Amino acid sequence: MSMIIDRRLNDRNKNATNRQRFIKRYKAQLRRSVADIVADRSITDMSRGGEVGIPVKDISEPRFRIGRGGDREMVHPGNKEFNTGDMIAKPKSGGGGGSGSGGEGQGDEGQDNFMFTLSKEEFMNLFFDDLELPRLARTVLGDSQQFTYRRAGYTPSGVPANLSVPRSVKNAMARRIALTAPLKRELEELIKSGGSAEEIEALEKRIERIPFLDEYDLRFRHRVKEPKPISRAVMFCLMDVSASMSEDKKDLAKRFYTLLYLFLSRKYEQVELVFIRHTSNAEEVDEHAFFHDPQTGGTVVMSALDLMIEIQQERYPPNTWNIYGAQVSDGDAFGSDPQRSAMRLSKDILPWCKYFAYVEVPDSPTTITPLAAAYSQIRESSFAMSTVMDRSDVYPVLRELFQKESV
Amino acid sequence: MTAAKMKNSVLSHGGDWDFELLQRYDKEIAVIAKEYGLDTYPNQIEVIASEQMLDAYASVGLPISYSHWSYGKEFIQNEEAYRRGMRGLAYELVINSDPCIAYLMEDNSMPMQALVIAHACYGHNSFFKGNYLFKQWTSADAIVDYMVFARKYIFDCEQRFGEQRVEETIDACHALMDHGVDRFHRPSPLSAEDELHRQHEREEHAWKQYDDIWRTLPQKAVDKAGAKKKKRNFPPEPQENLLYFIEKYSPTLEPWQREIVRIVRKLAQYFYPQGLTKVMNEGWATFWHYTLLNTMYDRGLVDDGFMFEILQSHTNVVMQPGFDHPAYSGINPYALGFAMMKDIRRICEEPDDEDRAWFPDIVDKDWREVLDFAMRNYKDESFIAQYLSPKLIREFHLFAIADQHKEDHLRVEAIHNEAGYREVRRLLSKQYNRDVLIPDIQIYRYEHMGDRSLTLRYNRLRDRPLTDDATEVLKHLSRLWGFTVTMEIYEEGSGVVDKVEVSPA
Repeated sequence: MSMIIDRRLNDRNKNATNRQRFIKRYKAQLRRSVADIVADRSITDMSRGGEVGIPVKDISEPRFRIGRGGDREMVHPGNKEFNTGDMIAKPKSGGGGGSGSGGEGQGDEGQDNFMFTLSKEEFMNLFFDDLELPRLARTVLGDSQQFTYRRAGYTPSGVPANLSVPRSVKNAMARRIALTAPLKRELEELIKSGGSAEEIEALEKRIERIPFLDEYDLRFRHRVKEPKPISRAVMFCLMDVSASMSEDKKDLAKRFYTLLYLFLSRKYEQVELVFIRHTSNAEEVDEHAFFHDPQTGGTVVMSALDLMIEIQQERYPPNTWNIYGAQVSDGDAFGSDPQRSAMRLSKDILPWCKYFAYVEVPDSPTTITPLAAAYSQIRESSFAMSTVMDRSDVYPVLRELFQKESV
Repeated sequence: MTAAKMKNSVLSHGGDWDFELLQRYDKEIAVIAKEYGLDTYPNQIEVIASEQMLDAYASVGLPISYSHWSYGKEFIQNEEAYRRGMRGLAYELVINSDPCIAYLMEDNSMPMQALVIAHACYGHNSFFKGNYLFKQWTSADAIVDYMVFARKYIFDCEQRFGEQRVEETIDACHALMDHGVDRFHRPSPLSAEDELHRQHEREEHAWKQYDDIWRTLPQKAVDKAGAKKKKRNFPPEPQENLLYFIEKYSPTLEPWQREIVRIVRKLAQYFYPQGLTKVMNEGWATFWHYTLLNTMYDRGLVDDGFMFEILQSHTNVVMQPGFDHPAYSGINPYALGFAMMKDIRRICEEPDDEDRAWFPDIVDKDWREVLDFAMRNYKDESFIAQYLSPKLIREFHLFAIADQHKEDHLRVEAIHNEAGYREVRRLLSKQYNRDVLIPDIQIYRYEHMGDRSLTLRYNRLRDRPLTDDATEVLKHLSRLWGFTVTMEIYEEGSGVVDKVEVSPA
């Protein structure tokens, strides 16, 4: 008799581990693929899964196989016109069986790339894997929204699920010993001294009446809620939107911030973002305006830094906040502005700023812009700068700036 | 047919199925299979969803296996192909185990479920139980337990020695998997429990035997004299089971790595008969689903609609496109196998003069006995050499082509005519020889008294070279071996013609 089993409700994702292993193994290739995809995507469309490819030869598993060449015979079906002794010109590819069959050749050529689709989750993981905010301190007691539960001994009351059986039984045993010992001693003496049967019986009954387990023996595991120290961080996003920033450059800047934003909102729940854009004067704007509103004018970098300091002093004391800054500009600045900005940055901002990244989108990779020249004097280790020329640079630069520090 | 119809009631109409119906169909098919004398393991039929079928594919058809990226690759590949509609899923998957596990997909209609039950649970199942190769090389009753053991063992290794190292070892073993079988002597049967026990004992023994004091003893003078003895080749006979040799003699492998080599070797051995009996196995199963379901129809257990669906699917399965057809990808084992099985029955029942001349010993015999004997005692190569009839060669329009690398033309060696039958049959049979598919590579020398290098020899037949992969495989081998590995290309008559040497990184 056959056994028929319904397995449809069983686990359907038996291969999840194998899939993860595969992705992990080819992380480097996949990341390249992911970076290419992101360079092509529109800004609003960043956080999606996507189709990636790996060169087939990279993932092939080698075996000893017999290759083409040498002498062999092959038997094929479907002969229509050949007779024994006929000669047929060899197909150019030197086809597998050398039979002149179209079919065999095709199978071998195949695709150059092993293509498959990453889920959004996998995509983002690959994308932001190994990125982190540098020097993040996890010491601040946050808004008391996050708690951990810690064991804190035993209590006499609680829900049945938390009942500690060993503790309760131990207590019961102690109580029984304490209560019965004197009675038993009395009983022993009574028997020795030849007390009456009634007295003995009464005493035995008293001993029996002592319950095996009593309510006040019960002990429950106790757990206390403790606020969890969290890392609160704020990222100041400073973007130059002056007239010299062409549409292309703005696109690069926005791409950088979009990725930064995705990275932060994905990896850190407690990161606040402050968006500052500046022309000749700076203003704090919301996310939507930052990414979408057109705005144009002259350039005073200093204004943005001043506004950053102002906001920081108002809202983000450095002893309870990890403060970060990122600035994108084409580097154009006039007169004393670049020098003064660099001074302001290194004197008044970097002392309380954990990390400040400057990304430049210059006209050509060779020119040294006034702002870059001034910033390059800054020696603090918490400052970093980099250049983006092309869409495909954005992601590598982000990686470079926020690379996880190796331990 | 209608005349023969008995007064049975049709089991069901239409495509819907439920578990009760599956049970009833299975019961009827079992009865008929028994009448035909099919001997099977008990069946365990599991109904699964399509995603689960994808899962089952990936682990090479075993219900459980260890974790490895290559299974992930396989899974992704199948999933993508399925999602894009480039490939349908197989209707069934059957595992050579006792009880024999067969998967049915929930999306199949009732007739398809019946087809799969007949094909897998009675066709393949009886083949697994009866064929000599499966009997000798696989332990159907132990494989599932063994894989549970293997999975757990490899998982533990990953915890102890790191995923990376385990993966490297498995990669190297997989590269050598085709060369992990002893073809000429029967392996010991599997048992997960013994396996675990044996492996514990080995570790314990090594641990107990360790004594540092032996190191401090001065070497005896006699030893030095003895070393002058004539140098002997080791191994005395060339070894074709590369994985076994590594497991036993690798100078550098750690005990857990040896275990992994062993696990992969056992797995290779389990799959070894399947590669040698593709045509027979599929032909046998197809022949039996065809015969069993037709018998059901004759007995009035199923209706016309049921039979139409079965025949449509059956016809697709046994289609053999010609060599010049765009869909051609070699000879379809279902088509050839089914045609041969049916042909044997025909030769037994209605032989003509040609059959009497070609198959004097099977004409007019009971076809069931003849087929049963063939199923039990042959593999593809010998089965074709023995039973391919001129009639089938004509039906398939088979022709043989010779490809000499020094010529710039291919030559038609033989076609389906009186002069060519034997040649076509001989060459087709040779095509299923394992040596044509998998190169003959053997361990030739191990310098166990010298630099510990290993020498392999590829016995090249008729100038057929190895693919470029070979160097990669040698790298894997030298990683397992720990010392230099050399492969000599040996050609009968001209001796060693080429050498590839790889040293561990």
